[in-house]
Amino acid sequence: MDPEARLAAPRKGGQPVTKRSTSPFAPGQIAVHVALAAGAIFMLLPFWLMIRAALTPEAEIFSGNMLTLGTVTLDNFRRVFAEVPILRYYFNGIFVVVAIFIGQVIVCVPAAYALARLHFSGRELSLWIVLGALMIPYQVTAIPVYVILAQFGLIDTRSALILPFVANAFGVFLLRQFFLAIPGSVFEAARLDGAGAFHTLFSVVLPMARPALVTFGIFSFVSHWNDYFWPSFVLRSDAAATVPFGIVRFLDAELGSDYGPQMAAATLSVLPLLVGFLLAQRQFINGIAMSAGQVE
Amino acid sequence: MMPDGKTTAPPARRSAPEVTLAGLGKTYRGAARPTFTDLSLTCPAGRITVIVGPSGCGKTTLLRCVCGLEDTSAGTIRFGERDVTKVDAERRGVAMVFQNYALYPDKTVAGNIGFPLRMARMPKPDIERRVAAAARLVRIEDYLGRRPSELSGGQRQRVGIARAIVRGPDVLMMDEPLSNLDTKLRAEMRAELGALQRQIGATTIYVTHDQTEALTLADHLVVMRGGVIEQQGSPEDVFLAPRNTFVADFMGRMNLIEGKTADGRLTTGDGAEARLDGYPAGREVVLGFRPEEVALGPAAEGGLTVSAPIERRELLGTEVLVTLRLGERLLRVRVPVGTPLDGTITVSVPPRHLHFFGADGGRIDFAAEALPRRQVSSR
Repeated sequence: MDPEARLAAPRKGGQPVTKRSTSPFAPGQIAVHVALAAGAIFMLLPFWLMIRAALTPEAEIFSGNMLTLGTVTLDNFRRVFAEVPILRYYFNGIFVVVAIFIGQVIVCVPAAYALARLHFSGRELSLWIVLGALMIPYQVTAIPVYVILAQFGLIDTRSALILPFVANAFGVFLLRQFFLAIPGSVFEAARLDGAGAFHTLFSVVLPMARPALVTFGIFSFVSHWNDYFWPSFVLRSDAAATVPFGIVRFLDAELGSDYGPQMAAATLSVLPLLVGFLLAQRQFINGIAMSAGQVE
Repeated sequence: MMPDGKTTAPPARRSAPEVTLAGLGKTYRGAARPTFTDLSLTCPAGRITVIVGPSGCGKTTLLRCVCGLEDTSAGTIRFGERDVTKVDAERRGVAMVFQNYALYPDKTVAGNIGFPLRMARMPKPDIERRVAAAARLVRIEDYLGRRPSELSGGQRQRVGIARAIVRGPDVLMMDEPLSNLDTKLRAEMRAELGALQRQIGATTIYVTHDQTEALTLADHLVVMRGGVIEQQGSPEDVFLAPRNTFVADFMGRMNLIEGKTADGRLTTGDGAEARLDGYPAGREVVLGFRPEEVALGPAAEGGLTVSAPIERRELLGTEVLVTLRLGERLLRVRVPVGTPLDGTITVSVPPRHLHFFGADGGRIDFAAEALPRRQVSSR
């Protein structure tokens, strides 16, 4: 039966299925689009207000129509750059997230490989410890970690921002699941090809883990770039400040209730992530939808 | 079905060693029984030894022990003069083709094939040359830039084979390499593998549960069951003279009838009878014959004659597989298409195609004596 006839034929219940419900202008379709548009507006509105306020002179932010862009000015941005050492915060932020990620790769990849592929006594216990660590939010262990950092004199340094996150239970778990999905014969083939432990890890495992590492990297970058709690906990000054911490500090201290510069600062803080997302969009979405590598 | 089409093998490569297993034992940790104990086997140098057997017989474990992927509890493994029992898998110098290909998913075909050479620290131009040569041998030279996820199953297996042979190994293992391929491809690759092995001359150990592969590829055939070698020898020896009922049934699906011989008859436990001329009376035997080795009509001189009702017929193309009921058991025979198949059929098997086994399953050899013929049908 051709599609036209099938659509027109009576269905169970006696109602013929007409073509109308699948056209873009059908009432059902319009309702769906309206709902989606409303949702999109709802989510984007705060960002729009932020950008609008950032580009509007101070005096005009609250006057008139708050949704439209009137006079455009870059004064707010200029003021932020002048009064806030935002470039330093950018640099610290990038330094910290990159260092954290490199540390995580160095620690989590071998740990995940060991838990997935090697047999050693204490393996079950280690796995339970990792799972337990996964369930505890890091705020719970914040104070003991602070004490350790203080004893090493690392408070108010970038190391304090980096070191506590290098061993990441989520990373170990994610990578372990990925390694488990790879057939053991691949590792056996590597052994028979003459790869010892070092080469297995660097020439075989690491390249294979790239999809999982990209996923994990994205989560790691985003969460640590945006982290406000930890810097506010271990930093005293803004010497090692990352973007969220530095900006909030200046918001209180310098910019007060000047909403224009504040919104400009907020825009600047979101911008790198936005750019990064646009560049890595495909990997980001693939990472979220990643099914642990079916490989052969 | 007889192994044929195998040309005379070229002389074995001088460097390919004989692989000798002596008194090998293996028990998995925590297992109730050992996988095998005191197993000894010699694989002739430069030839293919096929180890065939049902699932769980220990053939794959044996292969992995020879590779070094599993430790052994006892015994020695030698490649020629060299004792490799305690040598790590990375240093044994064996190559293996895996059942599920085991390719490196992130590397290209060229990268996969060249990996063992990279590990051996070969200079890059040499690597490229040998990769190209290996790819040509298995006919995937057009796919060198692709990744495994972009290849079909047959192509992936070729990459696996190329990777195994690129180092020019002296000892080559194959673990059911064709099991994951479809039937037609399997037949093609079987022929290619045989030709390839003769070309590279490595001592090859090939594990399979497929008896066709076993018969067509083997220079030396080993049949295993439950960790024990039931029979080994040339494929002809194993096929034409199976040492016990297990080998008889496993290689070629032999029909087996237990019963007692009497004057000109074989009487089964449930009272059915078949005519059997020329064998001593009063013996408890298991009689075996292959479905393809029957002739229509009663036996001319000696041999077995069975008349039995037809249970089922299945067209196989040029022949029909007919299932007969003799008492409680079913017998399978192959007859040409067009044979009248209603009700009862009479088939016979000449003495040279009859196999006798004792109550313990072991082979018995009778000297046939000529006796006058009589006609008896089954009840």
